[in-house]
Amino acid sequence: MSAPAEAQGGARKKSFLDTLEIDTRMLGMVVAFIALTIGFHFVTGGLFLTPRNIFNLTIQTVSVAIMATGMVFVIVMRDIDLSVGSLLCLCSAVMGLLQVQLLPDIGIPLGSPLIAPIAIVAGLATGALIGAFNGWLVGYLTIPSFIVTLGGLLVWRNVAWYMTSGQTLGPLDDRFQLFGGINGTLGAPLSWAFGVIASLGSLYALMQARRAKIRHDFPVKPVWAEGLIAAVVVIVIMGFVWTLNSYSVPPAVLKRRFDAAGLTMPDGYTDVYGLPISVFLLIAVAIAMTVVANKTRFGRYIFAAGGNPDAAELSGINTRLMKVKVFALMGMLAGLSAVVASARQTYHTNDIGTLDELRTIAAAVIGGTALAGGVGTIYGAILGALIMQALNSGMAMVGVDSPFQNIVVGGVLVLAVFVDIVYRKRTGALK
Amino acid sequence: MTTPLVELRDISISFGGIKAVDHVSVDLYPGEVVGLLGHNGAGKSTLIKCLSGAYHADSGEIWINGQKAEINNPRDARAYNIETIYQTLALADNLDAASNLFLGRELVTPAGFVDDAKMEAETRKIMGRLNPNFRKFKVPVSALSGGQRQSVAIARAVYFNAKILIMDEPTAALGPHETQMVAELIEELKRQGLGIFLIEHDIHNVMRLCDRASVMKNGQLVGTVNVDEVTDDDILGMIIMGKKPEKVA
Repeated sequence: MSAPAEAQGGARKKSFLDTLEIDTRMLGMVVAFIALTIGFHFVTGGLFLTPRNIFNLTIQTVSVAIMATGMVFVIVMRDIDLSVGSLLCLCSAVMGLLQVQLLPDIGIPLGSPLIAPIAIVAGLATGALIGAFNGWLVGYLTIPSFIVTLGGLLVWRNVAWYMTSGQTLGPLDDRFQLFGGINGTLGAPLSWAFGVIASLGSLYALMQARRAKIRHDFPVKPVWAEGLIAAVVVIVIMGFVWTLNSYSVPPAVLKRRFDAAGLTMPDGYTDVYGLPISVFLLIAVAIAMTVVANKTRFGRYIFAAGGNPDAAELSGINTRLMKVKVFALMGMLAGLSAVVASARQTYHTNDIGTLDELRTIAAAVIGGTALAGGVGTIYGAILGALIMQALNSGMAMVGVDSPFQNIVVGGVLVLAVFVDIVYRKRTGALK
Repeated sequence: MTTPLVELRDISISFGGIKAVDHVSVDLYPGEVVGLLGHNGAGKSTLIKCLSGAYHADSGEIWINGQKAEINNPRDARAYNIETIYQTLALADNLDAASNLFLGRELVTPAGFVDDAKMEAETRKIMGRLNPNFRKFKVPVSALSGGQRQSVAIARAVYFNAKILIMDEPTAALGPHETQMVAELIEELKRQGLGIFLIEHDIHNVMRLCDRASVMKNGQLVGTVNVDEVTDDDILGMIIMGKKPEKVA
């Protein structure tokens, strides 16, 4: 990738990766992630890349990954949100209070099918409103977002503490718990159906992109390159579903289920977990956020405002209102993460989401979001969250002491950003 | 005489007690280039930002096509077909040429999503007219040269059928060849009947490109002259001494 070779342009034969038009930065992250997991797999003696561990890894990643997608927008706009962990706690408290106290008090009995939807809507609304308020302070009162959300970090968790008197609230509603991970999975048939639909959807999207290029007489990739990418995408999706569908429900858990239903379990009965609803939720959020980032005016303006705020303002973009919207979106995603996080532990505690703001920012930054603004991808942030979670749970499995786990994660964060800076300098994206 | 395209009447604006623009009136007719001259801090850019909507004048009126106009922000200015090419090049460095050209006015598909392929095709079309050597459609504009960036900024104004064009030192960052390209472009836009306010320091460019020149000093208008009727030295005298030449006064 030396500069003279680049300058010769068309004369040079395109490399394999150029022909595939793959983002080499993303490829590097994927390779690092795969190397990491394979490394842990050997060190743990074959325990890391098992269906059970992959299942756990994904459900542990969801909460931070959902917020990381929103953090990408915030950081791309040259802002920061340090309050998401506390906001998650407040949303969780609101939903917990509604489920175990407020709704039963106004005559909606415990176990009613109304409880989960009302609680979730209230939680998301709480997050969005407080986020919008943060955005208003940042955009219209021009208080730096670092300060606004540093204040929020202290304020919102303690508002939650006051509201709940510091009590643990639970157990949460059964239907609400479906969003937590292990307590809500799609099962084998639905998971396979998801895999097939996701594969077909990806193929359709690839085809549409190619058609749009042909329609405007732009150069397109050779057919073999398109075919290779399509094959990789389908194999990854179906392989992921196959892995999750290989995780059997332990017989003891199955027996409990049958006992609860008042039935006896037939001999030799087995079942698998399949795709967790929370992971499905993350995938839906990731797709929606990617579409917003790349295909809507709103997303385009976020990147424009991050690249050159004056240019965005002079182009007639209302950057103040943009901040309100971006922080509101971030708040709503914190509310969604609160659903997943509190459902996963089946009750609300006052320490839920502690330090999540730092994990979220780290995920976005490891995923290639530049703190200077203007640059970042949704898939990168999710990959960043996965890498951090893989590091944490891998080290826990190996038996690394807690202090060393955090030391390693901190070191990796700084190293990742350094590698990114070197990479960008080499490719000329950073001068 | 036709109605002026733009009349800035008695505009004043101050920042913290300092009168940046002090009761200044200038006008602009279709197919005309009016140069705005003066030292740094004379108030040229501030005056023109009242027209482009970046600032709001403390007092005074803006008339467009013989009608009083309310311009409170850049969006209002665009509604009057006023386009500005800023000295600092109002481009988002991290986006490509097409995204910059259509920034704030993206083409969308029927479903409401931005239509990148169509925008790139349109950008290729207009750049083919303005700067046929332009090839870098896929890279962020931070990777472009000064002239290439300027041509993206000008393409933006041209594409959206500007009637009134404000150019703030459009050739300041350019080499001789690129300056020539911009000069030819200005001639072409004049022929198409646009009115152009040109903020310019280079007296040579002013004599070559402008029909009239308005000179400012310390926030006040020294005077407006027909470029044909004065010499370089007359204009320099106005800029430096703040003195209007005898023969036109």
